[in-house]
Amino acid sequence: MNWLRHFFRTPEAVAGALILALLAAMALAAPLLFPGDPQAIAGPALLPPFQDWSLPLGTDRLGRDVLAELFHGARTSLAVGLAAAAAALLIGAVVGTLAGFAGGLIDEALMRITDAFQTVPSFLLALAFVSIVGPSLGVVVAAITLGAWTGPARVARAEVLSIRERDYVAGARVIGMHPLEIAFREVLPNALPPVLALSSVIVAAAILTEAALSFLGLGDPNRVTWGGMISEGRTVLRTAPFLSIVPGVALVLTVLGVYLAGEGVVESTAVRRSLS
Amino acid sequence: MSVLTVSSLAKRYRRGGKPFAAVDDVSFEINPAETLAVAGPSGSGKSTIAKLVLRLIEPDAGRIDFEGQDLLALSGATLRAKRAKVQMVFQDPLAAFNPRATVARVLDDPLRTHNIASRADRPRRIAALLERVGLDAGLAARAIHEISGGQRQRVAIARAIATRPSLIVLDEAVSALDVSVRGQILELLLDLQRQERIAYLFISHDLGVIRAVAHRVVILDAGRIAESGDARDVIAKPQSAIGKALVAATPRLIRNRP
Amino acid sequence: MTVLLSIRDLSVRYQRDGVAALKGVSLDVLAGERLAIIGESGSGKSTLALAVAGLLARGVEIGGRMDWFLPASAGAKAPLSVLPDISPSRGEIGSSVAGPLLAASKIGEGGDHSVISPLEGEMSGRTERGAKDRQPSALATSHPLLGRDIGFVFQDPSSSLDPVMPIGKQIAEVAHTHLHLTWREAIAKAKTLLERVRLPNLDATLHAYPHQLSGGQKQRVAIAAAIAAAPKLLIADEATSALDTIVQAEIVSLIRRLVAEDGMTLIFISHDIALAASLADRIAVLRHGELVELGETDQILNAPRHAYTRALLDAHLGLDAEPLFDRQGSPA
Repeated sequence: MNWLRHFFRTPEAVAGALILALLAAMALAAPLLFPGDPQAIAGPALLPPFQDWSLPLGTDRLGRDVLAELFHGARTSLAVGLAAAAAALLIGAVVGTLAGFAGGLIDEALMRITDAFQTVPSFLLALAFVSIVGPSLGVVVAAITLGAWTGPARVARAEVLSIRERDYVAGARVIGMHPLEIAFREVLPNALPPVLALSSVIVAAAILTEAALSFLGLGDPNRVTWGGMISEGRTVLRTAPFLSIVPGVALVLTVLGVYLAGEGVVESTAVRRSLS
Repeated sequence: MSVLTVSSLAKRYRRGGKPFAAVDDVSFEINPAETLAVAGPSGSGKSTIAKLVLRLIEPDAGRIDFEGQDLLALSGATLRAKRAKVQMVFQDPLAAFNPRATVARVLDDPLRTHNIASRADRPRRIAALLERVGLDAGLAARAIHEISGGQRQRVAIARAIATRPSLIVLDEAVSALDVSVRGQILELLLDLQRQERIAYLFISHDLGVIRAVAHRVVILDAGRIAESGDARDVIAKPQSAIGKALVAATPRLIRNRP
Repeated sequence: MTVLLSIRDLSVRYQRDGVAALKGVSLDVLAGERLAIIGESGSGKSTLALAVAGLLARGVEIGGRMDWFLPASAGAKAPLSVLPDISPSRGEIGSSVAGPLLAASKIGEGGDHSVISPLEGEMSGRTERGAKDRQPSALATSHPLLGRDIGFVFQDPSSSLDPVMPIGKQIAEVAHTHLHLTWREAIAKAKTLLERVRLPNLDATLHAYPHQLSGGQKQRVAIAAAIAAAPKLLIADEATSALDTIVQAEIVSLIRRLVAEDGMTLIFISHDIALAASLADRIAVLRHGELVELGETDQILNAPRHAYTRALLDAHLGLDAEPLFDRQGSPA
């Protein structure tokens, strides 16, 4: 756990980790602190923050508790961000490994598909996908993954191309190991570090994309999302700006936290690698 | 019958747009329990021959017969099954293993791949292999990067003999080792050869080592065989220009021993 | 022979792993000699070469002392390339001070710490104890300058040459920096150097990049750059280990010729006792950071005093060694 020490040596990484820990605590505590439906009416409409201490952040246009919505929104944001990033990294790593290791026609075909996905702006791709299939949490995750797996695929392929020339890969072939086993057991684990370094960027982008989809009304209608809250607040932006500002600040902090913590991990593992 | 017969083997590469022959019309054979050395300056095609024999790359022309079977005709699962019989030891034992591997995993791979032992039986087999190459069985749990260079090369040999091969390609297998370790590794290889009747294709640039361990030698020059014959005879009286140059360039230890 | 460099009780410890790479090594390097330092991996032979060249990185603990006796550059043996118009830098003053004291070093030869007694007032505090004293300011007077006074040839020429700079410029840079030549003169000098290391097609090679050359040619270029400023001392650290036997023999004979022509002192680091013996006047045997034996090549080969030296000699597989296998048991 040497890298943990390096990780906590950089103040940015510590700040990022703190923000993420807070966010995770919010997401986990949401059903305990605010049991019941966060979308239920809790009081008078458009109550400003810090007026009524049973509703500390006030209420929105329909009288829903903003704090409860914020906590439950953290669940959605984190869930979508992590799920989409995990799916994107998995698909990307597998596609990149297959392309890089197999080479030839398989490589050509897979990389042209990757190109095709990469040339379409990922947000448009997500937008089109959700509007065709219909909004639900799973569909939103799939839609975001659709535009996010190409980066990991390219990085994985580049790494695999260099690793497959190493002696130990030749050694595995000499042993008679099946090519797929070589690809996924010998090559992929050693190609992963630079791919995982992308994860913070992908999680941050996924959270933003989810918020943007919700803002446009394409989020899961049965769930509170920060994007949806901003969108709700937009109609009363002049009279009740806090309705947009509160989830907006939460969004900014989340993305910042993910990014800082991710950078911290990358740097501490880089330090570890340069030391070894 | 020979273990390996290579006939008219050729492999061309492109270098700077121009085709050049890395291996050109090379033929030789190796008998059971025999060591054939391949010598030559760098770029003469020694390592290309090793890769061709192991079918890590495909030749442009020629034939490779292994134990009477056309090796080039095999593919897919039949080729992978045949690989048990032709093994290899690399020059740099650190690069030859997955950097994440432990000694146990390195030795488990061939046993598992060729169904040589059941999962329950494999730890015992691994311990036996380690002991066979003169290592402590307790080394199994160690990571590859934790053990010494000489130990690593012993593990590499253990891995190569795990599938009971009839031919092992040794590609500069002792060149990176300290002289004191080198002698022990060569003794181990010769002992294995005597016990298991393994043939070696011994690739080396060092005529001193070749003279010590090889029965016959093939000297390459620019991908072609310049001369071949009994290792001691060739080194004592080289006929080809490259053979003479190699012998002349080998540093001599001139001692006035009684 | 006069002493060029006196090393006393040199210890080097890498702080990262706490391993002592050198433990109390004492030896004299004689001016004009070819000294081979041999040993197996982990013997500290490369660390010794780096320490002599002043190339040890920070984060390394250095103990003991190294005293230099660089001859004054005005001597009759000075190579032609040492031009009279060199502005006297601090290093030059230091070495000219050392000049007249060469006699003193002879008196002390053999004795341990008395070697540089007349120098003591001058040099103590600069070379004694620790890397801290060897920081650049002190270095300029007590330690010769790498590139000008010491030429260094590394094992791997591809990593010691700049991949994106033409060969000629890399060599000329050394002459430009240390001999204060104009660029035009430096390039001309580079051309003569390429000729001296026997590279073909001088004009083409001058403008070639390292990747266009073979391993042996690259090592010739690295040697040309190392001797560009006409150093007194040439250090070759496993300079032929990455090359094949034939090219190795060529490089060794090149080094032998250059050292003889320029009257350089040579420190030749190698793991190969036969190769070292073919080149060196004296051989130092290192093991686990300690100096095991030091002697004339003839004595080391024929009357080694230490069991380890004998073991190294016996482990050598030459063209006269008996085959290890039983030839009766060989297949028909």
